[in-house]
Parts: sequence; C-alpha cells; structure tokens
Amino acid sequence: MRYALHRNPGIHHQVDSDKKHMNTADLDHQIVVATQAGLPLDPQPYHRIAEQLGVEASLIQKRMRQMLEDGRIRRIAAVPNHYKLGYVANGMSVWNVPDERIDELGEQLGALEYVSHCYRRPRYLPEWPYNLFAMVHGTNRNEVMEKVRRIALLLSDADRGHEVLFSTKILKKTGMRFKSST
Amino acid sequence: MDEPLDEINRNIINTLQYGFPICDHPFREAAASLNITESELLERIEVMRENGILTRFGPLFNAEEMGGAFSLCAMKVPATEFDSVAEKINALPQVAHNYQRDHAMNMWFVLATETPEEKHKTIERIEQQTGYRVYDMPKEKEYFVGLYLKV
Repeated sequence: MRYALHRNPGIHHQVDSDKKHMNTADLDHQIVVATQAGLPLDPQPYHRIAEQLGVEASLIQKRMRQMLEDGRIRRIAAVPNHYKLGYVANGMSVWNVPDERIDELGEQLGALEYVSHCYRRPRYLPEWPYNLFAMVHGTNRNEVMEKVRRIALLLSDADRGHEVLFSTKILKKTGMRFKSST
Repeated sequence: MDEPLDEINRNIINTLQYGFPICDHPFREAAASLNITESELLERIEVMRENGILTRFGPLFNAEEMGGAFSLCAMKVPATEFDSVAEKINALPQVAHNYQRDHAMNMWFVLATETPEEKHKTIERIEQQTGYRVYDMPKEKEYFVGLYLKV
C-alpha cells in the first residue's frame, strides 16, 4: 500500500474513506488514539493496530520508533498501580535551591528511585521561594517524610528551605485524552 | 483481596516497566528474556490489567511533545470559599486534574490547553471568576518523569 508523506491540509475529511492517502501527522495522531488505552494484548500487537488503521505493520513500527526517538512516546511499558503495590502515600516536596546548581541537583533528585516527577518551576517571591519540585512516594506519610529528610541531607547546604505538600483531596481527575478527530 | 505477586509477575513488572520491544513478535521476545512462553506472558499481563495491578500496558505519551501548553497552577483560597472556587475551576474542560493540598497554597490544578494563548485566557478567566490570583508554575525543565517500583 502506498503512503503519502507530504502534508495535505485538505485530507482530514478523507481519512476514513481513503486511508492510503493519510499523511504522517495524521497517521501519528491515529496511532496515539488507537493505543492510548494500551497495546492490543495479542502476539502481534503492531499488526493489529496496522489492520485497524489500514496500513502496513512495518509502518506502524517505524512511526512508533520515531515517536520514541523524538520523545512523543516516553517509553512503551507496563505501568504498575503504585497504590495496589502499597505505595499509597505521596508528597509534593518543593525546594529552594540556588539557580546556578539546579540542573545538577534536579538530575540527582530525579535519579532517586522514590521520586516520580522532578521539575524546575518558577518562584514567586517572597511568598513562594521554591524552584525545584520532586514528587516523593512511600507506603505511608512517615516514610515519605523520612525520604524527604534523605533528600535534604543529599542537598546539604544547597537546601535553602523546603516544604512537603500532601494532597488532602482529589477534586478532579480526568487525565489527558487525545481526541479522535484532529 | 489482593494476593501477593508471585515471582514471575514480579519479574514481569520489574522488567517491563522499563520498556517493551517494537518488532513483529514483541511478546515472544519479551517472554524469552523472562524465561516464560509468549502465551503465558500475554495471559499474565491480561490478568494484571484486569485486576488493576497494572494501570497501563502500552505507550506512555508525553503530552507536551504532542503540542499544546500545560501548566501546574496554584491558588490560595480561604476555607469558606474553597468548595465554590473548586466547582468553578473543575467546570473548565482545560483543567485536567485538581488537588487540595495542606498548605496556604491549597489548590493545585493542571491546565492542559492547545495553545499558550488559550492557557493565558483560561488563567485570566479563573482569576476574574474567583477573584483570587493564579500562580502559574509551568515546568521550566524536566529532570525525570516515571516511577520504577521494584516489587
């Protein structure tokens, strides 16, 4: 089956009736929509996606490798439910560290096995002096606090103040969903 | 209710958290490295998906890399108005999740919009509707995302 690589803005309406003319962006989007609930649990999952989208399996594999390479896909993986595995507590630890050392320190915190997200974010002085955020997981609050103390020791004099914010209520959780139409 | 995981399931989780192959027979390839058969691996993943041990099996997307503008936003809302402010914020489709946290900055929500303009407009709208400032804290740099739990 031929596959047109050029971008054709008028093609959207034809996607369903004429899939062989799908461009790369459309195909990538359809792959996202087709796999956002997960990979088919089939010996040949990429073939099943290919059949669904009307293209060759080799093309699906090529596009997914490309998305992995450019970071649109972080990884293809099994994601365990950390609550079910006993990691029921998590605290958002926020740190005031010197700007000139934040990259080095951010990498160190991110590498800790109990830190799931680690970002640099803007400060709002004077009320919010924290520029480094690290989500810390544990089986209970005490364990989270113990891990935060370990982070403080690791940061040493680069720790110019920190706090831990525990969530007390989930007010909304819809997650991100990619729409099936572009 | 939850039975402890057997060694094979622990092995599957510990190994496949880090990645899964892209090839014609990826389950066969992954199963070989786990010393089980392709059909056993498929069956075990299916069971763990159904009983909720795995929340997901497949590609993990980076929404930012797909285009769009995202931010973590914080607000300081007095306790007496907390519920009504939460209601107004949660009603907006651009709000992906919203958590109450034990701090003076007590409302933390994630905005997911298609453009930076839409993000700014949404923040302005929230400030106008609630009368409280929104502290926009977009990520300036990502050091790590993921949680690898050894089980």
